[in-house]
Amino acid sequence: MATILIPTPLRKYTNNQSKVSIPGADISGIISNLVSTHPEIRKHLLDGAGGVRSFVNVFVGQDDIKSLNNLQTDVSEFSIISIVPAIAGGNYKGE
Amino acid sequence: MKQINFSPQEYSRYNRHIIIPDFGLAAQEKLSASKVLVVGAGGLGSPVLLYLAAAGIGTIGILDCDVVEDSNLQRQVIFDINAVGKSKADEAMRRLRALNPYINIKVHDIKLTSENALEVLADYDVVADGTDNFPTRYLVNDACVILSKVNVYASIYQFEGQVSVFNYLNGDGSRGPNYRDLFPIPPDPSTVQNCSEAGVLGVLPGIIGSMQALEVIKVIAEVGDVLSGKFYTFNALSFESMTYNIKKNMTNDSILKGGLIDYEQFCGVSAIEKKIKEITPIELVNWQKQGLDVQLVDVREFSEYEFVNIGGELIPLSTLLDNREKISSDARVVVLCKMGGRSKSAIRLLEERYSMNNLYSLEGGIIGYIREMELDLPIY
Repeated sequence: MATILIPTPLRKYTNNQSKVSIPGADISGIISNLVSTHPEIRKHLLDGAGGVRSFVNVFVGQDDIKSLNNLQTDVSEFSIISIVPAIAGGNYKGE
Repeated sequence: MKQINFSPQEYSRYNRHIIIPDFGLAAQEKLSASKVLVVGAGGLGSPVLLYLAAAGIGTIGILDCDVVEDSNLQRQVIFDINAVGKSKADEAMRRLRALNPYINIKVHDIKLTSENALEVLADYDVVADGTDNFPTRYLVNDACVILSKVNVYASIYQFEGQVSVFNYLNGDGSRGPNYRDLFPIPPDPSTVQNCSEAGVLGVLPGIIGSMQALEVIKVIAEVGDVLSGKFYTFNALSFESMTYNIKKNMTNDSILKGGLIDYEQFCGVSAIEKKIKEITPIELVNWQKQGLDVQLVDVREFSEYEFVNIGGELIPLSTLLDNREKISSDARVVVLCKMGGRSKSAIRLLEERYSMNNLYSLEGGIIGYIREMELDLPIY
């Protein structure tokens, strides 16, 4: 099973786990297994069409899946997959 | 580069830089000749400003339109208790002047907008973005791309920090990736918790801001490998850090051909603000005095509620949908949180899911209520 690193803002949807082990042969499989295990994370990770949201980056090892094979990027049981969302610090409204 | 003639005092002050073999006088002269704008004099801006001033950056611009508050002092170490209630930009300048009288400091006590950004940034070589919100992040990024400035980026949330160097000038004249290459579109405001509500560990901006200052100095002094094309993350709880590779996407630059845009709208802030009904603390009290059927729902976390509450029914935002049946469909439901951000998220969620229209957000949250009503209750 590959290891997924869960960023702080999304941990409340994974029972506060910072790392989860999820089976899957590629990113697409990993993500669908992740959202079926932790359904609340879905809307923060995927858009309506099932693609990864554009303010979230998914990396396999050090590399962005966009520079690999996107959702079809292969993973092994040793892969470390990072989910990295945009964070802005303090006040959202800019006031 | 303009000719730098250090005084004996400056030679002495910068001695520990000058004697590093891979840094030396040449790098120190570059720092002195440079102009850096620090956007945001807050948690990140504090160490950035202090270290850049100490390092001898020739001109430092401080941009911030806020005043210092008590709750800033837990992490914004450039300020002390005497600064509370005063302009952040002015107070930061005062501190930097006391630290290093050999540099120029410019104060921009303004809010950065699409109208003024290009003019303000034009005077600087490098921008350090330590702002606290998405609209300004995109504004700073886009202005840097348009003006061909390097944008040294850092951001924090709770226990997590991010650092990168955007729009870096490569040896071949091309520019490195920028913020839009990493995050082309901002998150929906309803999915983002306001960080003055989500909180941040005080030391974290000290760590991440120091790394940001380091990258500013490396960019200017042209030493080492800067974080261009790389995205660094640090988790303070696990002490794990990662450095990811990021790539340039030229289509993002072409978006900017039309110039700067309305960033509040781009980030969906203004559109959402209009939808939610709000009431002031005084209106709430009047409703209660008139004997109207009002349900008060507090969507903060248990720990916050325990610290201070005004008798609302506690239903934390994260458990809202599980507790739908506790929220009245007939009474006027006034939703409150700390400052009025999460209550709007809660209302948006309920309105979208259940088409409710009896929900009102308490303007300014419990903090606004305590202040407005002049209650003798603790504020956090």
